[in-house]
Amino acid sequence: MTNHYCDIKNSDCILIMGSNAAEHHPIAFKWILRAKEKGARVIHVDPRYTRTSARCDYHVPLRSGTDIAFLGGMIHYIMENERWFKDYVINYTNASFLVSPDFKFEDGLFSGYNAEKRKYSKETWALQKDANGIPKRDMSLSDPHCVFQLLKTHYSRYTLDKVSSITGVSKENLLKVYEEYSATGVPDKAGTECYALGWTHHTVGVQNIRTMSIIQLLLGNMGICGGGINALRGEPNVQGSTDHCILYGNLPGYLKMPTASLDTLDKYLEKCTPVSKDPQSANYYQNYPNFFVSFLMSMFHDKATKENGFGYSWIPKLDDGIHYSLMHLFDKMYQGKIKGLFAVGNDPAVSSPNAAKVRKALEKLDWLVGENIFDNETYQFWRGPGVDPKKIKTEVFLLPASASMEKEGSQSNSGRWVQWKYKAAEAPGDAIPVGEITIKIMEAVKNLYKVEGGACPEPILNLKWDYTDIKGRYDALKISKQINGYFLQDTVVEDKAKGTKTEFKKGQLVPTFGLLKADGSTSGGNWIMAGSFSATGENKMQKRGKDDPTGLGLFPNWSYAWPVNRRIIYNRASCDIYGKPYNPKRKLLEWVGDKWVGDVPDGPWPPQADKEKGKYPFIMKQDGLGALFGPGMADGPLPEHYEPLEGPLAKNPMSSQLNNPAIEIFKSEMDKVANASEKFPYVCTTYSCTEHWCSGALTRWQAWLLEAMPELYVEIGDLLARDLGIRNGARVKVSSVRGAVECVAMVTKRFKPFQVEGKTVHQVGLPFNYGWLFPKDGGDSTNFLTPTVGDANTFCPEYKAFMVNVQKI
Amino acid sequence: MKTEYIKLIDTTKCTACRGCQIACKQWNEMPGLRTKQWGSYQNPPDLQWNTWTLIRFQEYADNKGGFKWLFRKDGCMHCTDAACVKVCPSGALHHTEFGTVGLNSSLCIGCKECISACPFDIPRYNRETDRVYKCDLCYDRLRNDESPACVKSCPTGALTFGRKDDMIRKAHARVKELGGDANVYGDKFVSGTHVLYVLEENPKIYEKLPRNPSVPFTVTVWKDILKPLSLLAAGGVVGGSFLHYILHGPKLPDEPGQEKGGE
Repeated sequence: MTNHYCDIKNSDCILIMGSNAAEHHPIAFKWILRAKEKGARVIHVDPRYTRTSARCDYHVPLRSGTDIAFLGGMIHYIMENERWFKDYVINYTNASFLVSPDFKFEDGLFSGYNAEKRKYSKETWALQKDANGIPKRDMSLSDPHCVFQLLKTHYSRYTLDKVSSITGVSKENLLKVYEEYSATGVPDKAGTECYALGWTHHTVGVQNIRTMSIIQLLLGNMGICGGGINALRGEPNVQGSTDHCILYGNLPGYLKMPTASLDTLDKYLEKCTPVSKDPQSANYYQNYPNFFVSFLMSMFHDKATKENGFGYSWIPKLDDGIHYSLMHLFDKMYQGKIKGLFAVGNDPAVSSPNAAKVRKALEKLDWLVGENIFDNETYQFWRGPGVDPKKIKTEVFLLPASASMEKEGSQSNSGRWVQWKYKAAEAPGDAIPVGEITIKIMEAVKNLYKVEGGACPEPILNLKWDYTDIKGRYDALKISKQINGYFLQDTVVEDKAKGTKTEFKKGQLVPTFGLLKADGSTSGGNWIMAGSFSATGENKMQKRGKDDPTGLGLFPNWSYAWPVNRRIIYNRASCDIYGKPYNPKRKLLEWVGDKWVGDVPDGPWPPQADKEKGKYPFIMKQDGLGALFGPGMADGPLPEHYEPLEGPLAKNPMSSQLNNPAIEIFKSEMDKVANASEKFPYVCTTYSCTEHWCSGALTRWQAWLLEAMPELYVEIGDLLARDLGIRNGARVKVSSVRGAVECVAMVTKRFKPFQVEGKTVHQVGLPFNYGWLFPKDGGDSTNFLTPTVGDANTFCPEYKAFMVNVQKI
Repeated sequence: MKTEYIKLIDTTKCTACRGCQIACKQWNEMPGLRTKQWGSYQNPPDLQWNTWTLIRFQEYADNKGGFKWLFRKDGCMHCTDAACVKVCPSGALHHTEFGTVGLNSSLCIGCKECISACPFDIPRYNRETDRVYKCDLCYDRLRNDESPACVKSCPTGALTFGRKDDMIRKAHARVKELGGDANVYGDKFVSGTHVLYVLEENPKIYEKLPRNPSVPFTVTVWKDILKPLSLLAAGGVVGGSFLHYILHGPKLPDEPGQEKGGE
């Protein structure tokens, strides 16, 4: 989240799209209701009427996978009706930047496309720069190559008729949402967007979010109270795990995983450290070397020296051009190229797309190690439905792990609040925290290396993991301190502006990431967490102060929010270029005299009207401004509507490009696709329910929850059910070209057919919370239906839009 | 009687997360039983001996083309004029000092009189234990100044708990704020319930919600009229017998051999 949960109460208009917030974020939903109590409009756009819709002002159904068309239409509406916030757009976005005249968009393709590689080369997406290397701008926004004009032209194609025909949303409904949401494009109104997996689970997942970011920038909704783009993360600790690099392309703190061609530290740092010639751009990532070298120091400590590149060569490298997402792993495993798997706290045999392929792939493993609090379908794959245990060679180990309440440590919420928690109960039996399991395994590996030697010993032998207490047990506090980082030498920090000198002793904690250094004098496991401790060791994650001086729900003394306890990021954009709040009623920040007052500002510099010392507000962007034009994307600098890999249409109404041209197509014999097929005529989407959690591997064993949601069901509209002669509660078979599941039909008025390109399209949906292991009669994984395909940037699977058939049994 | 309390259920804030349904089972140590998916989110399908509160899910299409998914937390209403207390012969059901209706399970004899008497169809019988069960508004928690488990678990503020007058005022203020068909349900019958609803729709729209609940006529006739009369009659019988004894002397056993039957 750019903002945080409590801040949602400050909003005037809340668009919930790509999320079933009430069902999946039931506690957070109270902040949405609080805004509603104060008069905010709450709008739910979703294929299905859910428990969220029931509590919103109204629900607008849209066909799965057409969010960009819906939002593209809103951009068009904002432009056409002059709803954009002019002061904000001109000063705080890249609207005025000039793009290379070679940049083109024709028939669904941006310039630079290589059809064979399904990849773009981005030379033509570059910005025009002046002699000093500063982006050229046209402050009148009239140059045909300026971002604003490109945006306007691009989205002029998203007319009301076109969008309605693609999405299946009535024109009245489109206008109603566009009108109400764009009314927040004024200084004293705030609109926010809440999304979750309903946006990420698409082949255009990242671009769904990009489209909304463009809208938020046009309306001046970024960096303000009650605004922002708010990804609702939840109990799976998605926020914490992404912060600490659960994604294969990341290192902690969103640093980049090195690739093989970057074989020296210098090459790597040069590639990763952005340069800006504009003196008003803070370009905060110019500090990348400080963060990265401190990370290396946390890994290897005194073994890392300037001479050996601080141990850079000991960090594993990704092969250039090769991806390592979950889908790629199982694809490689299916090809027999992966020998062993650690499946820690997950159940891919239920939760991964194309479950039949995943389960087949597991059979190719020599060994499988599970770490979990319960057994699940993955660890038991060797005796799953249709599998003969005698024919399986895989050796499977299941290590019992402590549940989250059975261990101490930190937990991060979506608002980036990192909160310390204590152990509430002892784990049963032999269960220990997964951190401890990891450390024990690593100790054993280290000993084997010491005794027997082995390939590439340095990274293993030089790894500094002193995270155990005197009894040899995993110590969460020790590891958290290393994540925060230490001074490795006595250091004097001089602030020339203030005329102060501060001394830090070797062994003291680094109190802010501004003090991390690239010379090996500091360590820091995750730079965004530097400051979670004070130099003297106060654990700020334990803070529980309930004071709220601004009345805006910032609660600055409750836990620690990264970065540097900033509650709303890009908050300097809440003020005009002179530092005066756009909305005096919700004063998040103000430039008073010579300093910012309010939330922790995005940097101490004066507002940007000060041409000498002032900085632009979007300090993490190379150019310092919000990116309406986003050349960093793999699939285009402006979001464009493409149909899901599997959809009801043979042709994309917007262009000749049916699907996202930059997605990777998996080609094993188990990766079948049936687009616009008569055999599979219904759009299908998958989801979770309040009562279960993810694959259900934790919740299905809980009798109260199972009683409330006992088995797999398919929600099917009453009109379709009538056509198919399916009664409520009847058993049915749902099938895709890849597989089938049997379940109970839940006939409902909450799914309505869509009118798409002149034909009636029905949609159905199933939860993915069930598996064969337990309960025995609860149905198997919905992911037998889903395709192995994902977003072009993140490879997040397309769980939310594919095609099925539904038959009576 | 100590202070009377009320649990207010504001259906306009309920997201049907069912935290209350589960929290109730947890606090009261009721087991989860195996159910079937029957084409609804509502499960168990009805209140049962181990399910004292249940979120009812109802799809409602009005005649103007509007659609609503209505959620209603069902459970004991804790009537002031409580039919169950009236009919309970063993004293298991009783009024507490909070105005709520308590159930002392150990006194229940499984006669099921309360089940037929309850105007809201709340108490449920368990054949195995031969006892009846229902919500007691967490009497043990109330005695320790804690709110009921369901209220404690509610994330949205749909469930609140407080002094009777305050909650009635709060309910009416909320209805005024909501406007339209919103209404307060519970304060105008059976001498007032200790569970109040703020309903967004007219009560007649909700499944299994009586429009004008009252203590059944038969119960009133039996318990309020015939029972006192019967006591009078019973007294008459005793008095009459005594008079008979005085006037006619004791009744002696008949002579042997004069008995009928035995053939």
